[in-house]
Amino acid sequence: MNDEARVYATPNAPSPGNPVLFDASICDGCNRCVTVCLEDILVPNPEKGRPPIVLHAEECWYCGPCVDDCPLPGAIWLNHPLQQRVRWKRKETGEHFRV
Amino acid sequence: MGIRHRDGQLFPWPYAISYGTQRVHDADVLVLGGGIAGVWAAIAAARCGAKVVILEKAATERSGAAGAGVDHWQWAADNPASKIPPEEFAQALVDNHGGYRNGISTYVQCASAYETLLELERMGGKVRDTDDEFAGAAFRDDESKLLFAYDYRNRTVLRVWGHDYKPLLREECRRLGVQVFDRVAVSSLLTEKGVPGNRVVGATGVHCRTGAYVVVRAKAVILATSRPQRIWTFSSELRGLTTFRPPSCSGSGYAMAWRAGAEFTMMEKSMRSPFGSPYSYPPYGSGNAINTWYPCTIVDANGKEVPWVDADGRVLSSVAERCQPAQSQKFFIMGGGSSSHPHPGLKQYLGPRPIPDLEQRMLAGEFTPPFYADLTAMPDAERRAIWGVMVGNEGKTRIPVMQTYTRAGFDPARDMLQTYDFLRGHGMREPVLPQERTFGEQGVCGGMLVDWNLMSNLPGLFGAGDLLFGGQDHSHAATSGRYAGARAALYARSVAAADPDPEQVAGERARVYAPLSKRAPGPDWKELNAASARVMQNYCADIKNDELLRLAQIWLDDLERNEAPRVGASDPHQLMRVLEVQDILTCSQMIVAACQARKASSAYLHFNRLDYPTLDPADWHKWVVIRRRGDGVEVGDRPIAFWGDFEPQYRVRHAENAQAMKTGPRKAVAAAA
Repeated sequence: MNDEARVYATPNAPSPGNPVLFDASICDGCNRCVTVCLEDILVPNPEKGRPPIVLHAEECWYCGPCVDDCPLPGAIWLNHPLQQRVRWKRKETGEHFRV
Repeated sequence: MGIRHRDGQLFPWPYAISYGTQRVHDADVLVLGGGIAGVWAAIAAARCGAKVVILEKAATERSGAAGAGVDHWQWAADNPASKIPPEEFAQALVDNHGGYRNGISTYVQCASAYETLLELERMGGKVRDTDDEFAGAAFRDDESKLLFAYDYRNRTVLRVWGHDYKPLLREECRRLGVQVFDRVAVSSLLTEKGVPGNRVVGATGVHCRTGAYVVVRAKAVILATSRPQRIWTFSSELRGLTTFRPPSCSGSGYAMAWRAGAEFTMMEKSMRSPFGSPYSYPPYGSGNAINTWYPCTIVDANGKEVPWVDADGRVLSSVAERCQPAQSQKFFIMGGGSSSHPHPGLKQYLGPRPIPDLEQRMLAGEFTPPFYADLTAMPDAERRAIWGVMVGNEGKTRIPVMQTYTRAGFDPARDMLQTYDFLRGHGMREPVLPQERTFGEQGVCGGMLVDWNLMSNLPGLFGAGDLLFGGQDHSHAATSGRYAGARAALYARSVAAADPDPEQVAGERARVYAPLSKRAPGPDWKELNAASARVMQNYCADIKNDELLRLAQIWLDDLERNEAPRVGASDPHQLMRVLEVQDILTCSQMIVAACQARKASSAYLHFNRLDYPTLDPADWHKWVVIRRRGDGVEVGDRPIAFWGDFEPQYRVRHAENAQAMKTGPRKAVAAAA
């Protein structure tokens, strides 16, 4: 714990709050996802070249054009809320997995 | 509040604010909503030589319920391999809903779905198995290379590669010189002399990023703004997961047409929501036996296969039989138990399905939950069709399921996906409560009443897609949009432009900007939406009577008068959301008014009146029609099949449309431009 860290008084953020995730090492901030988003949940990052900001997380419809139309594979992906994760079973071994 | 920089500062709004800036545009045909219906309408109108403008709340390239993709092209009875003529198939669809389905747009769909798809193919869309991936499969017509779903003998539903159809349609709009204004939320229709009930001469909207005011003057207007979501179910923190269609489908087209005096019908129908509970999985997020996943094998926790039966009750012994009609049937409509879901439907059109008494047999110990969709047990071609063409092209599964699950390690050749459809042995995805209803998330629902020109009672106002009464799905949106586009362009040729009434334009402008000047703490848009949804759950849900509906009306009027005016917005995005909820409130009032008007219960309409319990009495087998008149509601009706014979009505207009579309665009733009 860093005693020097500045602490702010902040209200709770909407939750689940991360419908899409970015890999900042791949994303070049082209904002293509911002352009196509159906619900306009993303805004351009004020720092040029950085991944967009998820401004309205709770409005995401989880439809995916932001991912589908991204020119840099792996830069953005959908992140289903934990309570929405689905399970599957490997037929041969009976092992269980989840998204 | 807001997203903060690392130094704790709020970000400034990222777009230039221009509240009050007024932009005025002119069009022959103005299309409101750039989803599937809207872009097809614009393309058809532009081909007729009309000057076309689209106003779209999101980005036309991907917007709308099917902008992210499509896997089924339904009811293409005009395709070369179909065994059922459009007339017969459209009548079956109408009959299967007890008559409560739009015979006009359903016939347009059945008679021109394939013709429309061919147009998409010319734009570059993949509609057939050109790579011979499925050569020899039972669901493939080897001559045309078309792939089919459900009933492989009669072949009316196509499996298509629709993940990029919407960008292709957007590009076609550009090529044809259609003017597209994205991120504009339409807020009102303009009527001649500003009087409700008069000819529609334009529309207004607000830009969702800049706040600019937009006015378009037009000779004809096509409403293609889908249906209201969030009427009964709304979760402030999982908003995007409480709706089947995009949550920004707020019924704004319904609300503005209502204010303008348009007629609506079947607004009393609502259904228990299969998806809409706030706990819902992303639609199609788990395996199942219907729709995209049809005809997938379902097994229980011990790997025991759930038997399938056909409409005759015969237990089926192979996967192939799940795609054939029963002995007593000529054809079936859909399979998996969903053909008529959730209304009763007719046995003669019921498709094969997993045993309907699975829940009872599970409770008696015959099957052990949970259940799984077992793609590994499917023939190779079927598995590749489901976890490939279908899941890989349907918008709500391509990225959310196919890509996301593959990334997490799911392998359709080895793994069985849990099916929450059958978690409790029955077909509801979630244990939704009876009052958690949907107006039009799914299925055939109420909407704007139109004639054979897809024009409303207001001259110059046309409708297309999900906003039409009693219509449904992607190819319906495409075909009705295309047809309405041509009809509107022909209408526009016959009338002169009229100037909007300045008072109406100014009044609407004051209305849409009012939330920006709220200072006193009031409810926010989410609280208002949640309140409205709770009123509908409590007083206009699975059981109804005059007193409950009276209280619903009182409550909604109270919210409209006393609470909605207190809801403020601090940026253009919030302003859009506030205006949406006002429209949701209006749609709720329309629904309550229609429920009050129908004084009889109906199984087909899922309409249960405790004070009028007799189901579907003959004298109420009709369309109840409502429209706003002054401050009140005028109630009328139409005979159940008021559209008359399909073919003669359609043939003459189809020929006119085809001729008009040969005109060509005013100014085509070169592909490389």
